[in-house]
Amino acid sequence: MRRWILLYLMILSAPVHAVLNIEITGAGEHQTPVSLVRFAGDAAIAQSLLALVGSDLARTGLFKLIDPAGKSPHEPRDIRPAEWLGVEAVLIGSIQSQSEGKISVEFRLFDLVRNAELMSQVVTAKEDQVRAIGHRIADLVYERLTGSPGVFSTRIAYVSRDEGVYRLVVADSDGDNEQALLTSREPIMSPAWSPDGRQIAYVSFEKRRAMVYVQSLTTRQRKLIADFPGSNSAPAWSPDGMQIAMVLTRDDASQIYLANSNGSHLRRITHSDAIDTEPSFSPDGKSLLFTSDRGGSPQIYRVSIDSRDVERLTFESGNAFSPRFHPDGNSFVFAHFNEGIFHIAVHDMESRQTQILTAGGWEKKPSFAPNGKMILFATEVQGRGILATVSSDGRVKQKMVAQRGDIREPMWGPFLK
Amino acid sequence: MKKLILSVLLLNLLAACGSNPPKEEAMAPATSAAVSEAPAAAAAADATAVDAQAAVDAQAAADAQAAADAKAALMEKNSVYFPFDVDAVQDADRETIMNHAEYLASHPDAKVRVEGNADERGSSEYNLGLGQRRAKNTKRALVLGGASDSQIETVSYGEEKPRCSEHNEACWSQNRRADINYSAQ
Repeated sequence: MRRWILLYLMILSAPVHAVLNIEITGAGEHQTPVSLVRFAGDAAIAQSLLALVGSDLARTGLFKLIDPAGKSPHEPRDIRPAEWLGVEAVLIGSIQSQSEGKISVEFRLFDLVRNAELMSQVVTAKEDQVRAIGHRIADLVYERLTGSPGVFSTRIAYVSRDEGVYRLVVADSDGDNEQALLTSREPIMSPAWSPDGRQIAYVSFEKRRAMVYVQSLTTRQRKLIADFPGSNSAPAWSPDGMQIAMVLTRDDASQIYLANSNGSHLRRITHSDAIDTEPSFSPDGKSLLFTSDRGGSPQIYRVSIDSRDVERLTFESGNAFSPRFHPDGNSFVFAHFNEGIFHIAVHDMESRQTQILTAGGWEKKPSFAPNGKMILFATEVQGRGILATVSSDGRVKQKMVAQRGDIREPMWGPFLK
Repeated sequence: MKKLILSVLLLNLLAACGSNPPKEEAMAPATSAAVSEAPAAAAAADATAVDAQAAVDAQAAADAQAAADAKAALMEKNSVYFPFDVDAVQDADRETIMNHAEYLASHPDAKVRVEGNADERGSSEYNLGLGQRRAKNTKRALVLGGASDSQIETVSYGEEKPRCSEHNEACWSQNRRADINYSAQ
């Protein structure tokens, strides 16, 4: 099976350049022993790819990376299974330079247990897209070995606050390759990815109150879609990308409205005298999760878009905020505030059980990776906001500490189509 | 504070009454006997007028100073504070509200932005909603106190612009507030 993949990269402004220090704790229940062999060809590129694929796989906690110990096969026929005891799969490959600064990377994943090739592919891209190639290879290795698509090529968005300057940042899912989409002296909140990953809706206070904008990542053009009196906030895209749910205070307290993605055809979805906010579309587009204090304290509710029927979903002690659906629609993640601290928790809608995934702290704004296997959230280290992830089973945790700035409001982006 | 402002206003009123030149003087009958004395009388009248003008000027300056002082005193206390996850204006802030309400009622051209804020113990979006409700309730109290609806705009910054950024009640209590900010005219 051979496929050619052309990498699509988004054009953004100058990179922000920040060094991240990533700290991983815990391991998956089962760790697959994998060996990555440095690819043949350009040594510098081969080394970059090896490091990237290795760190991507290691961060999941699902793989045990075994040193090839000097063995360097580049073709399946060079692999002698007897030399790879204890290793389940080995990644080999080679890099060829092409015209116009392009390279093509051919790679194969070999199953040492069944003595069979699991995958053979070629990726072609420009030389300066080595990171993208590495993430793509890691995605495919992850998919072949776990059965779920990898998310290393996906992107995340967040807000950084540094000495009174707010930036809306888009970065690779490992937190690297940061690029600022918007820089402002006034707060920015609540970035929300369009389902195709090409636009971001967000809240900006640049006109001295909260208004909702939609900005293209490719052209950088943006459009103000809600500037009603009071606050305009909490944008969330419908799964088909045609509509945006948002929260307005123009008629009353914070209430949820639905509009076309250009802001037209506005209609009200919730009717309460409470704060109804943080809508999140179900994967089928038929209902919204939201946070409301209509029962006295903030908890998670669900509203059907057709019938407008509302159902309360969490009955936790303490408060529940920021619900986001799992991609399968059967559970959701939220921030649970109890006895003075925030935890990241998952609520299963079938069993009605809540599972706390993290040790607790200033943990806010969780969102699932598009494969549902990891959760990105904001936490704090020494008074500074940072990015963190936890696996959906709570076993593997990761903190991404940037050298400066205060990071808030992260949101994991979709698969790029 | 309210009493102080009221007494300042009263003093101003009394002072204004006292400085008005008596009407009889201005309406002195023009008799023949008086004609010869006219220049002197006129000079005296002029002097009175000059004195009166000076008094008026001094009073205007005093009034302006008093108004500036009153506004400065008003601006010294332009925040109202809320308990955790509460958006109702508290009794402790009634005086602050009444002072601003009276100022707005007596200065119909004055405009304010009421900016609601929240501490960090919630999601940023929930806190934006909470700050908006605090601003709205502060506006309602100002209107009940005599301000007009059209003088007051309400906005929320939620937890985005904390006055204090540590994780403790001393800090949080400063961040749970609504600020009454006067717009430049």
